[in-house]
Amino acid sequence: MLETKIHNLTLKNPVMTASGTFGYGEEFADFIDLNRLGGIVVKGTTGERRQGNAYPRMAETPSGMLNAVGLQNVGVDTFCEKVYDRIKDLDTNVIVNVSGSSIEEYCTVAEKINALENIPAIELNISCPNVKKGGMGFGTNPDMAAQVVSEVRKVYDKTLIVKLTPNVTSVVDIAKAVEQAGADSVSLINTMLGMAIDVERQRPYLSTITGGLSGPCVKPVAVRMVWQVAHAVQIPVIGLGGITCAADALEFLMAGAKAVEVGTANFMDPTVTIKIIEGLEDYCKRHKINDINEIIGII
Amino acid sequence: MKQITDFRIVERLQLGEHYFMLKVQHPDTMQPIQPGQFVEVEVKDSREVMLRRPISIHDVDAMANTMSLLIQIVGNGTRKLAELKVGDKLNIIYPLGNGFSVEGKRPLLVGGGAGTAPLLHLAKCYNEKGVRPVILLGGRTADLIPVKEPFAQYGELLIATDDGSMGEKGMVTQHSRFADDYDHIATCGPTPMMKAVARHAKEKGIACEVSLENMMACGIGACLCCVQDTQEGHKCVCKDGPVFDPLTLNNWM
Repeated sequence: MLETKIHNLTLKNPVMTASGTFGYGEEFADFIDLNRLGGIVVKGTTGERRQGNAYPRMAETPSGMLNAVGLQNVGVDTFCEKVYDRIKDLDTNVIVNVSGSSIEEYCTVAEKINALENIPAIELNISCPNVKKGGMGFGTNPDMAAQVVSEVRKVYDKTLIVKLTPNVTSVVDIAKAVEQAGADSVSLINTMLGMAIDVERQRPYLSTITGGLSGPCVKPVAVRMVWQVAHAVQIPVIGLGGITCAADALEFLMAGAKAVEVGTANFMDPTVTIKIIEGLEDYCKRHKINDINEIIGII
Repeated sequence: MKQITDFRIVERLQLGEHYFMLKVQHPDTMQPIQPGQFVEVEVKDSREVMLRRPISIHDVDAMANTMSLLIQIVGNGTRKLAELKVGDKLNIIYPLGNGFSVEGKRPLLVGGGAGTAPLLHLAKCYNEKGVRPVILLGGRTADLIPVKEPFAQYGELLIATDDGSMGEKGMVTQHSRFADDYDHIATCGPTPMMKAVARHAKEKGIACEVSLENMMACGIGACLCCVQDTQEGHKCVCKDGPVFDPLTLNNWM
C-alpha cells in the first residue's frame, strides 16, 4: 500500500530520515525498529574526519531550530571500515549523504561509497550552509551544481540523489541543471540560512553567527519548493522540511514528492517516523487508497 | 536500554522562587538509572518551545518506580514545566548519558546551585557501597541551594554561601573542609566552580569527575549540537557525558 520507488530503489514506505538528524540509525535503535523505515540517510560524510564548528552550535527558535554543526563526521574511510559493518545488514535503504569542499572530495567519497555493496544510493549534499568552503556554494549556482553532479556521475553508478538548498533565487533552475547533469533524483529542502541574537548578552547564539533553520517553521516554504520542482523535472523528488506528522508528509506527497525525509522531528520524538508510517497507513484506509502513488503529485 | 515513556506526576514541590521538584512515576517497571544520568522531557502546548528539555535525575526509588526531577526555572521551557500539576502526564526519554563512577572510599561531592540535583542519587549510591561521602553544597545565598537537608542522611553535609546566610561564608573552594584528604571528587554546578574544583583535584592528584550541561537538542547523540572540546575531539555531552574526567577536556584547567 505504501511502497514507492526512487529511481532503482524500492522503498517499503515513503518515510526516510534526513541526514544529520538520525546519526547512523543506531542512536534510535532502542526506540524503533529501523527496518520499518523506507530509508535511512546517514550523517553527511566527507573525505577526511571533520570536527565541525565550535560550540554553541544550536539555538531554538519559534517552531524551529538553528544549527551550525558544520559536518562533524568520522570521514569516509572510517565510515567504510567501521560504521558500514554495523549498519549494512539493516533491512532498509541505507543511503549515505556525501559532502565535501571540492569536486575532487565529492568524487573521492562517492567512489568509495560506490564500492559498498549494501549502500544502494548516495545523497549528494551540495547545500550545507554551515561550512565555509564549498557545500552550499555548489548548490547556489546552476553551472557549478551541474559540474559537480556530472563529475560524481562518472565515478558513481548507483542511485544518485542530489540534495538542494532553498537559499537560492530559483530552486527550479538548480533542479533542472542537476537533472541534466545526470542526477537520478533530487531531495529538498536543506536548511534555510538564518540567524538569532541573544539580546541580553548582545551577541549571536551560534558560534558561526549564522546557521541552518529547520523544523515546522520551514515547512510551507519546503512544500512550495517541492511543488515547483516536481512540476519542472522528470526525475523523482524527495521532500523534506519540517515534517512532524503524517499530514505533513502527505502535503509533500500531494505536492509531488515520491518520498519524504523526516529531520528535526526526530529530536522531538525519536519514534516519530513510525508514527508517520502508521499515520499514512491509516490515511490510506480512511480514504480507500490502495496505493500511495495514487495521491503523489495530485496538486 | 533507553526508553520513551509517559510518566505520571505524583508529587510537585515548590522550592523557593527559582526551583521546583517533580516526582514522576513509571506506569510499569522503570529502567535502572545510574547517578548522574539525565532525562529529556517534553514541553507541551508552548508556542516558543519545540525541543525537549534535559533535566538531571535528582533521586530514584526503584521499588516505587519513581524518580525525582529537580528543575530550575530559567527560560520558556522550564517555566512551562513549572505549570505541571500532580496527576499530569510527562513524556520522558530516559535514562540518558553516562553517570558518575561511584569510586573512592573518602569521596567529596561538590554541588553549586541547581548542580546539587544529581548528587543526591549519587550520595545514595555511595551509601549502597558502604561509603558515606562528604557533601559540600554552595550558592550565592541559602535560597539558591534548592535542596539541603535530605543530603544529611547520606553523608556529612557542609554548606558554603557567598553571603554567609547559611554555613560558612564564601565559595565552596574556600570552605575549611574543602581541602581535606579525599580520594575522589565528583562535582556538578556552574562551570567556574567546577573548574576551580577540578584544578584543586589535579594539584592534589585526586581523581575527579565533572558533570557538564551544554545546550542540547536530541539528548541521544544524533544531532551533535551539545559538543564539548576534548583531547579526542568533539564529544557529545548527552551521549559521551554528561560526566567527564576534567583532565580530558580542552581549555578547561
